[in-house]
Amino acid sequence: MVHFTTEEKAAVASLWTKVNVEVVGGESLARLLIIYPWTQRFCDSFGNLCSESAIMGNPKVKAHSRKVPNSFGNASKHMDDLKGPFADLSELHCDKLHVDPENFRLLGNMILIVLATHFSKEFTPQMQAYH
Amino acid sequence: MVLAPADRAAVLALWRKLGTNVGIYTTEALERTFVAFPSSKTYFLHLNLSPGSAQVRAHGQKVANALVLAVNHLDDLPRTLSYLRELHTHKLRVDPVFFKLLCHCLLVTLARHYPGDFSPNMHASLVRFLNHVISALAPSSG
Repeated sequence: MVHFTTEEKAAVASLWTKVNVEVVGGESLARLLIIYPWTQRFCDSFGNLCSESAIMGNPKVKAHSRKVPNSFGNASKHMDDLKGPFADLSELHCDKLHVDPENFRLLGNMILIVLATHFSKEFTPQMQAYH
Repeated sequence: MVLAPADRAAVLALWRKLGTNVGIYTTEALERTFVAFPSSKTYFLHLNLSPGSAQVRAHGQKVANALVLAVNHLDDLPRTLSYLRELHTHKLRVDPVFFKLLCHCLLVTLARHYPGDFSPNMHASLVRFLNHVISALAPSSG
């Protein structure tokens, strides 16, 4: 279990107060589906995912994308106990949806890259490391 | 492994835009790798790794030179990069996962400096290009 310093918690929380969760979530999920196409198998019911424009405009992708950064934003307020906020999601994704854990790392990478495009000045090497 | 024409065109266009600044971005990518993934420093214990280090800048330029070489020889990366593969695999014994971490940090760096150019399609083309480079540079990890 990772333990964060006061400085790390403050830095992450401060950045996430500026995050537009809908925009960051949407871009992150869309990039995951575009760049790693096998992840689309978890979105069979989402409809048209055949191109970048189809994925970026897909209403079900947008709807799901609000959930992802909201959970991260919630986690940024509970950094002393990250397992708590994610317990239900862990059970859902691992036991019910059978998502390979590697895909969470890939989604995490997408979120970092999207944060870098939106927060060019704030996303220092230290900020990246805190995330 | 061959890069698709659309990916090739996208990467070449971005590289033209980066111009002579590739070394700046590869140096930042190295610095990010050391901070985010401290175990990566194990390959550079002979260098001064403090922020702004001239030695890190020099190594960043070597990485940049290799990437520019790769961009200009997309049809034959394995042969073009064979000397680097030999060096990193047999002499330096670099864990292939390090290349993935460095490439991720390079993507973060480019996204940060060129947000307007970093569309999902460009991002995907860069991922495929860098995967080609890693394949030419490092043995398969599994």
